[in-house]
Amino acid sequence: MIKKLADFLNEQEKHFVKGGKFEKLYPLYEAGASFLFSVKETTQSSVHIRDSLDTKRFMSMVMAALTPCILFGIYNSGYQAHKAVGLSLDLIPVLLTGSKLVLPLILVSYAVGGTIELLFAIIRKHEINEGFLVTGILYPLTLPATLPLWQAGVGIAFGVIVGKEVFGGSGRNFLNPALTARAFVFFTYPAYISGEVWTSILKSKDQIVDGWSGATALAVAAATEAPMKASEVLTNAGFSLEKSFIGLIPGSIGETSVPLILFGAIFLIITGVGSWRTMIGSVLGATLMTLIFNLIAGPSSNPFLGLSPIWQMSIGSFAFATVFMATDPVSSPSLEISRFIYGFLIGILGIIIRVINPAYPEGWMLAILLMNVFAPLIDHVVISMKIKKRIPNVV
Amino acid sequence: MSFLKSKAYKTFKKPLIEANPISIAILGICSSLAVTTQIFPSIIMVLAMTFVLTFSNITISILRHVIPKNIRIIVELVVVSSLVILADQLLKAFLFDVSKQLSVFVGLIITNCIIMGRAEAFALANGPWLSFWDGLGNGLGYGYILIVVGFFRELFGAGSLFGIKVVPDFLYQIGYVDMGLMLLAPGAFILIGILVWIQNIFTGQGVEH
Repeated sequence: MIKKLADFLNEQEKHFVKGGKFEKLYPLYEAGASFLFSVKETTQSSVHIRDSLDTKRFMSMVMAALTPCILFGIYNSGYQAHKAVGLSLDLIPVLLTGSKLVLPLILVSYAVGGTIELLFAIIRKHEINEGFLVTGILYPLTLPATLPLWQAGVGIAFGVIVGKEVFGGSGRNFLNPALTARAFVFFTYPAYISGEVWTSILKSKDQIVDGWSGATALAVAAATEAPMKASEVLTNAGFSLEKSFIGLIPGSIGETSVPLILFGAIFLIITGVGSWRTMIGSVLGATLMTLIFNLIAGPSSNPFLGLSPIWQMSIGSFAFATVFMATDPVSSPSLEISRFIYGFLIGILGIIIRVINPAYPEGWMLAILLMNVFAPLIDHVVISMKIKKRIPNVV
Repeated sequence: MSFLKSKAYKTFKKPLIEANPISIAILGICSSLAVTTQIFPSIIMVLAMTFVLTFSNITISILRHVIPKNIRIIVELVVVSSLVILADQLLKAFLFDVSKQLSVFVGLIITNCIIMGRAEAFALANGPWLSFWDGLGNGLGYGYILIVVGFFRELFGAGSLFGIKVVPDFLYQIGYVDMGLMLLAPGAFILIGILVWIQNIFTGQGVEH
């Protein structure tokens, strides 16, 4: 069977190489063939590679780390939708509903983004980069399940073109394309991505639902009035600490479950794909900033200030952003020390934006995009400090 | 035909694309972000700007031998501000609504870097005839970008053109929504960036070798 497929692909190759019928579509053939089988070309001169870790395997690792989050995202979207209208919470129907909500978003993201990648690959005559495999799945995971599909498509188109291709394609983008896409949707269609739109309402004939507005944990915490404690209000609103940690709460598709994201983090760290320095830096930064806020918090100040670090890390998208978004190897700095500083600043900024700024319910998207812009600067400063330490060898 | 070969035509053509004040020199960005949420105010802004730029270029060029070198910026500012006041008063008299919409940005033409830039770089070194064409070319080079940006911002941001709804109702009914981002300043930034990108593709400028 496999042999037949390989033979078929080899036979088709003549149409796609120079002079063939579909010469222009070579990137498509190349992507398909090397996705199914490995690359045919081998190194001609002496060997330089220590490990066959190429972009493809790199990206597959991220996909593997994301799989639990995707599955849980599907389950949770269905679960929230069923809970809102009081349908059965059994596993199978919940999964079915969840798939109906989430899979179209993922498909649209891949179809639209992939087409644009292909177009640029044909025009620029290079191969399709595997980076989009990850971008295309990270992006829908940061969206609410209720987002209209065409908006998701416009968003990923913007993310791929302006976030990546304008600067020369994968590897040259200084912004994370998935977050660029989300930021575009966030500012362009604010009513559909923030506020009380997170739970899908099933429309069925025999059931009359007047309306369901489910605020996220962040909205609840930010709206707490002064004498109350944010943690108590959250618990009363159904966002107890355990529930927020496990993730059966309304929120963006992939962000809610901290344990599964932790699993992904451990996987990424063990395989060496994600930078543990960025992750640790971000956790330390967020903890430090939250503790500072806890010190400032008085009885009459904004109760959100007094929320403990554990709470801050369980609600919202802190874990997802830190593990999967901040560690993007292209848009984060390249040196080990600067990766730590970068993560640390993301942690600090994210908490500041989340707690203090009333216009933005969540801070990590903006914090990471902002630090993406500063990543080359951090690298530059670290390098020049290292050079200064050297003893000049010319007297 | 002879005009197309003249120096005046070359002076006029250069700032349209090749040395465009916005897409190449990245000058005058402030006003192009502020006034382009709709297409009509953009057009009025372009007219006011072209008027001021052309006549300030001519005036400064005529005065170029009399202006003492060490106070030339002050003299240029006096010329430019008189023209800006003139344009502002004209708008207030005949197009009051638009004038209110443009608010301070007509007054702020005085600080537009393009005007001082052309006065310093061109009018002080060339005669009034060439300076006239340079001013006109720069004004229109600035103008076409403003109008294109204004067109797309109004179309996508509000679904209208010249204040008239152009996106049909049935699109809204099936779920189309206007892009809020286009009405914010970043929308204009992104559009200008895309215009620069498209222009660079055609002219081959800024391509890595």
